[in-house]
Amino acid sequence: MEVDMMKKVPVREQDPKVRATNFEEVCLGYNKEEAEAEASRCLNCPNPKCVEGCPVSIKIPQFIKAVKEGNVGEAYRVIGESSSLPAICGRVCPQETQCEGKCVRGIKGEAVSIGKLERYVADTAREMGIKPAPPESKNGKKVAVIGSGPSGLTCAGDLAKMGYDVTVFEALHEPGGVLTYGIPEFRLPKERVVAKEIDNVRALGVSIETDVVVGKSVTIDSLMKDEGFSAVFVGSGAGLPKFMNIPGEQALGVFSANEFLTRSNLMKAFSEESNTPIMRPKKAVIVGGGNVAMDAARTALRMGAEVHVVYRRSEAELPARVEEVHHAKEEGIIFDLLTNPVEILENEEGWVRGIRCIRMELGEPDESGRRSPVAVEGSEFEIECDAVIMSLGTSPNPLIASTTEGLDVNRRGCIVADESSGKSSKDGVFAGGDAVTGAATVILAMGAGKAGAKGIDEYMNA
Amino acid sequence: MFKILEKQVLTESPVIFRMVVEAPRIAKSCEPGQFLIVRADKDGERVPLTICDYDRDKGTIEIVIQVIGAETDKMSRLEEGDGFADVVGPLGKPSDLLELPVEELKKKKILFVAGGVGTAPVYPQAKWLHDHGVDCDVIIGAKNKDLVIMEEKFKDVCNLTITTDDGSYGRSGMVTVALQDLWNDGVRWDHCVAIGPMIMMKFVCKLTKELGIHTVVSMNPIMVDGTGMCGACRLTVDGKVRFACVDGPEFDGHLVDFDQAMARMKLYRTEEGRLYLREKEGATHHGGCGNCD
Repeated sequence: MEVDMMKKVPVREQDPKVRATNFEEVCLGYNKEEAEAEASRCLNCPNPKCVEGCPVSIKIPQFIKAVKEGNVGEAYRVIGESSSLPAICGRVCPQETQCEGKCVRGIKGEAVSIGKLERYVADTAREMGIKPAPPESKNGKKVAVIGSGPSGLTCAGDLAKMGYDVTVFEALHEPGGVLTYGIPEFRLPKERVVAKEIDNVRALGVSIETDVVVGKSVTIDSLMKDEGFSAVFVGSGAGLPKFMNIPGEQALGVFSANEFLTRSNLMKAFSEESNTPIMRPKKAVIVGGGNVAMDAARTALRMGAEVHVVYRRSEAELPARVEEVHHAKEEGIIFDLLTNPVEILENEEGWVRGIRCIRMELGEPDESGRRSPVAVEGSEFEIECDAVIMSLGTSPNPLIASTTEGLDVNRRGCIVADESSGKSSKDGVFAGGDAVTGAATVILAMGAGKAGAKGIDEYMNA
Repeated sequence: MFKILEKQVLTESPVIFRMVVEAPRIAKSCEPGQFLIVRADKDGERVPLTICDYDRDKGTIEIVIQVIGAETDKMSRLEEGDGFADVVGPLGKPSDLLELPVEELKKKKILFVAGGVGTAPVYPQAKWLHDHGVDCDVIIGAKNKDLVIMEEKFKDVCNLTITTDDGSYGRSGMVTVALQDLWNDGVRWDHCVAIGPMIMMKFVCKLTKELGIHTVVSMNPIMVDGTGMCGACRLTVDGKVRFACVDGPEFDGHLVDFDQAMARMKLYRTEEGRLYLREKEGATHHGGCGNCD
């Protein structure tokens, strides 16, 4: 096929009108021909900037070279040296600000589509039945990993490769953390992608015990004293939802994005056949402008609702990835920008009937450098709706910190840990991911999981 | 899988049953007042249930379930030897009575008011007090004689009063009537724990507030994860939003906004009810009854 060296080989996507009514994956990914064509755009730089942009330092030019040569097995092996979850990263990493953001091709034209190539390699390897190989020998040392999200799985995978005997403890009934309960099916298929990547981590020898709430069922101290774990990695994420504390927030039909997405993703409420339904709104207002807000909006849309995203700043400040906003708009989501809710209105029976908002305008830049929104006096108006989904960000769960003596947290409730090793204030305890940084991205959590595995290995051999 | 070692049907209509389940980690760490989340099978809803007893040595916990919808009906069809797909816990905070020194507890006059299936979670608290040499009074309320559960177990650990709405057993009338009558007879308490349907807890609190008895209630709203993640179980206590799963389940009953909490219980009633009817009656249920659309 012919390739324009300045432009990415376009990736096939489901038609917006069609996909707005289903939960199938939006992006269909590259086929062999497209992938090899895109791979041919890589300059194979001797000093690759893309690798610097990758939080887990995948040897990007090397794996792309293997793709170009049609050797998916080799490409998968190269990626596997650095990442345990390539099919996931290829889908949800913000490549535009990481590897692709640094790509030399991007100076004059479009960057190489590294994310889509990574996804191609992982998906093809899975279809070919290629699995990562477990370590040849084990060192007999036990490490516990708390949480089976991106940081926990990465840390567990890396430690297993080094020969450690790793057990992951998960509070929910399915492993995967945010990959399972948070990110929707149409962005990250659960059975086909997430479950298979987790199987690959298990194939490395990692065992995963679900239904264990650390801080309740067991404590870090009991794991170390009674169950023989020599070190612990805490990757418990940032799972506590925030609310606005405005009148009417207890009305029926007001959900946290966490509840809405957990019911849809983990409990499969999106399916008509599900035993565990969720209210299917007719007109939903999503409050917030991050990636989670986009996920909640696009989920509600697929359940048949008219969806409005209400965000207090302007489009330029939307924290969500550009691709997510673009997809949401294509699908017909309405953005009410520079708008802030002041009250949720309920009917006589306590159900949501609307939301009262106020118009905002951008004032002077605040400490974060963003222009802070200021309410326009007298500009209040109502949006009629039957559901409001609060997507205002999340903070770490205090369950672990509050039951572990000697584990320091900062004033935002985040565990204090060294960035390069994950080392916490408590001997033998390491931490990383959203539990340390507050809500961030899958790949940053994976980077922290990697650092934690390295930190634990050094600690065990010190 | 969490194996069911023992099953006993306590009442027939509505169906209430008791199960002993193998769950060693939970049995080792649970305390009275805490709860579990249980799933019957891999497609099941996560149902919060209170722990009714536990045996640390045997690694078992005990739960009592009343059939109220599709999920609990499915659970009622599990038999000894079968298992639950998931049992998670212990969740929530232990009863605040456990935090007081035993000597101080012995000085207190403690009353438990239990209604319906809420009788079951009162038992581990009464038993814990008994095991620590502390006396307590318990009032159990039920609709009728057939619905009085766990009477024999309670007799061993407390001073028991039973009352039935229709007077078919024990005293006659609601738990609030029994409480008031005992008070009128000169019985005094300085701490009350009420567990049962929200409407019962609301009226017990109304009365104990008048009588000046500090009252704790155990809230059981709709939940998903039970670890503070979803916010579905939020309720207003003393004007502040609290999560029943991590801040509770016990709260100061005189500060809980019961009307709001009861309204929030309606959220999934129509969906759940529809599913239950579909399973029970199949094609006969077409809507139009006015209960659901």
